Amino acid sequence: MDSIGVIIGFYALAGLTVGAALLVFLVRNLLHAVLALVLAFLGMSGLFITLSADFIAMAQILIYAGAIPVLLVFAVMLTPHASRDNANSLFAPGGLLIGLGFAALFVFVAMATVWPVLDVETLHVQSFAGTVRTIGAALLGDYLLAFELASVLLLAAFVGAVALVREDEA
Amino acid sequence: MIPLEYYLVLSGILFALGFYGVLARRSAILILIAVELMLAAVSLNFVAFASYMDAELFTGVIFAIFVITIAAAEVGLALGIVLRIFRERRSANVDEASSLKW
Repeated sequence: MDSIGVIIGFYALAGLTVGAALLVFLVRNLLHAVLALVLAFLGMSGLFITLSADFIAMAQILIYAGAIPVLLVFAVMLTPHASRDNANSLFAPGGLLIGLGFAALFVFVAMATVWPVLDVETLHVQSFAGTVRTIGAALLGDYLLAFELASVLLLAAFVGAVALVREDEA
Repeated sequence: MIPLEYYLVLSGILFALGFYGVLARRSAILILIAVELMLAAVSLNFVAFASYMDAELFTGVIFAIFVITIAAAEVGLALGIVLRIFRERRSANVDEASSLKW
């Protein structure tokens, strides 16, 4: 965890992620924005690997970089005459101002707070032990109710999406 | 090693970018993209806290899994709504879906 590779990887992936996220809002075409979003999510899953969260990194690639862009591309393709123009904005100056304010607030809070992080020795012991076993035991143990509720939520969202998109037969 | 603060700053910047997108864009699909970016930034924050403060239990990682689940449910449902609005008024801009405005 201490190696120079992790540090280089962090800066490269951070630059990639922020650059791709900026590109999402800078490119003109909506489809290119979706592709930039995929790039941002891939960089983010690399960041998860630098945090030795292997399972989340894989889930991120599967769902955020795989499933969600497919849905988004479908939505772009199924709205053919809608505006594809990314620059079409409503409250751009105000939004920029509020966004910059949020960013400044987050940076200030992150830097000014003294976080109670574990010492380096403990982190070294647990670094890259593989997280899947712990996550599985926790999901079916302490978080069983939340796990079952999430499955009910997914079912409800699925039925709701089908009911919304279906053509009216009457 | 990399301090925790760097991850927090990074996820804060990503969240602010998504927030700007939600506020400033007219296209409903781009607003959804920005919401996804915000949710992913939050899960990055959770995972960073989990691996720096909670080395045995991974509570933050569990939270990130639920964030990903809810993001998937949300994007499926919201794109259904977008398609429905488009079918009704041939436009996917949020400011034109204003019939609930009194």
